[in-house]
Amino acid sequence: MEYEAVIGLETHCQLKTKSKMFCGCANEFGADPNTNVCPVCLGMPGVLPVPNELALQLTALTGYLLNCEVPNFAKFDRKNYFYPDVCKDYQITQFDFPSTTTGYVDFEFGSKIERVRITRAHLEEDVGKNNHFDQHSGVDFNRAGVPLLEIVSEPDISSADMAYDYLNALKDILIYGGISDCDMEKGMVRCDVNISVRPKGATDLGTKIEIKNMNTFSGVRRAINYEVPRQIDTLESGGSLVQETRRWDDDAGITETMRSKEHAHDYRYFPEPDIMPLRPSEEWLAEVRSHIVELPLARKQRFIMDYSIPAQDAEVLVGNMPLGAFFEKAVDGSKNPKAVANWVINNLQARLVEAECTIDELKFGPEAIRELVEIIDCGAISNKGGQEVFNELFNNGGSPKDIVDARGLAQVSDSGELDKWCRDAIDTNPGPADDVRNGKENAINFLKGQVMKASRGKANPQIVGEKLLKLLKG
Amino acid sequence: MILHELTIAELTAKLASKEVSSREAMHSCLDRIDAVDDRINAFISIDREDALGQAEAADVVLGQGANQNDQPLLGVPISLKDIFCVKNQPANCASKILGDFRSPYDGTVVQKLKEAGAVVFGRVNMDEFAMGSSTENSAFGRTCNPWDLDRVPGGSSGGCAAAVVAQECFGSIGTDTGGSIRQPSALCGCVGIKPTYGRVSRFGVIAFASSLDQVGPMARNVRDTATLLGAIAGHDSKDSTSVPIEVPDYVGGLDVNLEGIKLGLPKEFLGAGIDPEVQSVFEAALKQYEALGAEIQEVSLPHTEYGVATYYILATAEASANLARFDGIRYGDRVEGNDPFSLYCNTRGKGFGDEVKRRIILGTYVLSSGYYDAYYIRAQKVRSLIKQDFDQALSKVDALITPTVPYTAFKAGEKTDDPLQMYLSDIFTISCNLTGTCGVSLPCGFTSNPKLPVGLQLLGKPFGEQELLKIAYAYEQSTPWHKERVKL
Repeated sequence: MEYEAVIGLETHCQLKTKSKMFCGCANEFGADPNTNVCPVCLGMPGVLPVPNELALQLTALTGYLLNCEVPNFAKFDRKNYFYPDVCKDYQITQFDFPSTTTGYVDFEFGSKIERVRITRAHLEEDVGKNNHFDQHSGVDFNRAGVPLLEIVSEPDISSADMAYDYLNALKDILIYGGISDCDMEKGMVRCDVNISVRPKGATDLGTKIEIKNMNTFSGVRRAINYEVPRQIDTLESGGSLVQETRRWDDDAGITETMRSKEHAHDYRYFPEPDIMPLRPSEEWLAEVRSHIVELPLARKQRFIMDYSIPAQDAEVLVGNMPLGAFFEKAVDGSKNPKAVANWVINNLQARLVEAECTIDELKFGPEAIRELVEIIDCGAISNKGGQEVFNELFNNGGSPKDIVDARGLAQVSDSGELDKWCRDAIDTNPGPADDVRNGKENAINFLKGQVMKASRGKANPQIVGEKLLKLLKG
Repeated sequence: MILHELTIAELTAKLASKEVSSREAMHSCLDRIDAVDDRINAFISIDREDALGQAEAADVVLGQGANQNDQPLLGVPISLKDIFCVKNQPANCASKILGDFRSPYDGTVVQKLKEAGAVVFGRVNMDEFAMGSSTENSAFGRTCNPWDLDRVPGGSSGGCAAAVVAQECFGSIGTDTGGSIRQPSALCGCVGIKPTYGRVSRFGVIAFASSLDQVGPMARNVRDTATLLGAIAGHDSKDSTSVPIEVPDYVGGLDVNLEGIKLGLPKEFLGAGIDPEVQSVFEAALKQYEALGAEIQEVSLPHTEYGVATYYILATAEASANLARFDGIRYGDRVEGNDPFSLYCNTRGKGFGDEVKRRIILGTYVLSSGYYDAYYIRAQKVRSLIKQDFDQALSKVDALITPTVPYTAFKAGEKTDDPLQMYLSDIFTISCNLTGTCGVSLPCGFTSNPKLPVGLQLLGKPFGEQELLKIAYAYEQSTPWHKERVKL
């Protein structure tokens, strides 16, 4: 029998705020244990949570970017469970009235645009981190209270690769919106996966199994690639699956039972009485909407359409947001977007990597690239001269025209001087000149080379060719 | 002049005129505590050095010419229920579980008291985590009613009421989740107000039931209570549930003219169960109000009978989460275990008292999957109905008038084996917490044998503290009860 997988993802990502969700402590990775903490995020007696305004805004913005509804009523709830990294032994989250609901993400998968529906994106607080030592354990609460967005998808995903591409698309959207840096190395994104399998074409869902503890997208892909065949094999060999939560062991590359349905937690959710329900005003929402950005996929499609650049180039420019923004400014008013894209991608990007600097540190503005392309296109300088201009721009800044002047890079198109060089070349090289006259047109390249040499590269090669032909063949 | 007997108003006048110093006032409290507190047991602990240090600092400010007009409580010793967080001071909530915990920060109320110039001292006894009506559920022993040491002072702010009435402090700050300020004020014979929910910041108050808890002052008369309320009320950005409404001049608003004031008598409160002597003292108070020009009319609060049940579902549900943090991981007394789960069980099993455990279990139960709708959700609905009752009744009258408690102080141990009977002692006070409105209790007489104080309760509109204090003040000034001093 042929099976199909039905997969939904819960993606947690840390919001890009300066301070934590409910207190003023820094939202910062890598500090010494328990240094970014205060009575509030340590769950000391008597403290109260005060929601971070920016986190609320970023959550609503995420809703808009994921095509969600942003309801005019939302609230926080307490999720009760005992664990050492949960400082209050409940986590403040959103249960039945989340800040955003019912949206979707469109993304490229293979040659098609796929859509994964979003159930909700809700706001909660991150928990601390348990560290285990030889004889004891410790908890670092620096992470406790960092604003965390949980984005829950519908089970619209059918393969590990699709999950991988969805996650990358989601990540790009969040980075574009300034919502999260999505830095995997810093644990800013973590995923849970819900997987079931069923006979291909069946409408009923199979037994749902949740896999926890994946903190890379490739981990998610590997986990799905392990879990789907495992479930199919179990069914094929006559076994049955039970609803359970499994843990992904990244080193071993396997999933293993964490807890079964009977041992599932009863989180005893109830409304968080310390925080008033959220009733975003139209004015507040309008302010949030003013931060809506173009989504990566739409941007890519627009680049291809408006600038007639290859999909591959568009992808590079969309994948690197600052580079794309630079390109957009450079290409504004240019007659040759393709060439601008080439300079930005092939020259600028490469040099930035080489010099280990960012686009903000550049010594020249985007208009310089547009000007450079214009100067080349009008024949004022050669491509080679263009390279020299670009190097000078990159190293010392300035304007391309000034550089051309200062370095004497302008091509000579003036007919008096060119005439002289051409006549000299014909006179001193009668052999090749005769060859051309006798129809061996390739021989002209030799003469051209002689002119270029005489002009020390400044002669405009196109005009030289025309002039030589005219002189030789009348 | 016996210094510790003074009211706050009298003391601040004497401090301003340099007749007495804050240090002397503080000393008078400490001496009084030394003299009587082995019998009352109102205080769990006192940092004498810190208290006298604060008093001396106040004396410096007083010496520079400042007075109560600059800081309304300048130099006045005020005690605190053991539920408030004061930097570097213990905060036990009368429980064993917090061990030698000391708060790393000052709560907002403490900050405000200090800004008002008060000498904030002492940890005053209470029912553990404010769960109780008799101050018997304390890991630090029971507090005694100054009028009869065999009787309870009420609770949970029983230590506050006893300390005020036994003249061990000039005023005290308590909390009221279901009557915990008003009920002990009534049983001990002082004035106590539970402000409107959101009037006083809860930041730095160890939470029992977050949607019901409210901080309030207790003092020897209405004016002192108004002074204290004015000092602690106000919006606080650290408490999202605090409300940004300006704080009126409560003391300035006190007035003895009650012409045109309408008081509502909730007929559902007057059924069986009220002690006959309490009933007759209460009726005399009603007559007195009429004599002062107030009009009394009957009103209806039809859902009153569901108040206690609703309260014990919602309060315990919230408490079960609020008290989860006392787990032995970060602070407090830890009892080790082989894994986190057994550590929790050992720590909480040993640290919490019976009543606290009972309520945590009840709260956990009502929130459990399968029971949540039947209990928690339904209780929230009933809470809305009770709120509607109050809105309707208070749209017709300026305040409601009831006895604070159906009876006077009961004997210690009398109700400890019957939690339900204990819960019912809050029957008249509990609705006010469910509705989030304000209520005040003030002395309205005594029973004769034994002589025990009876409390009168006035329930007001949201943020109607000023009106409520005025109505209380007019009665108080026309009666002798607030001048009665207990003999110890």
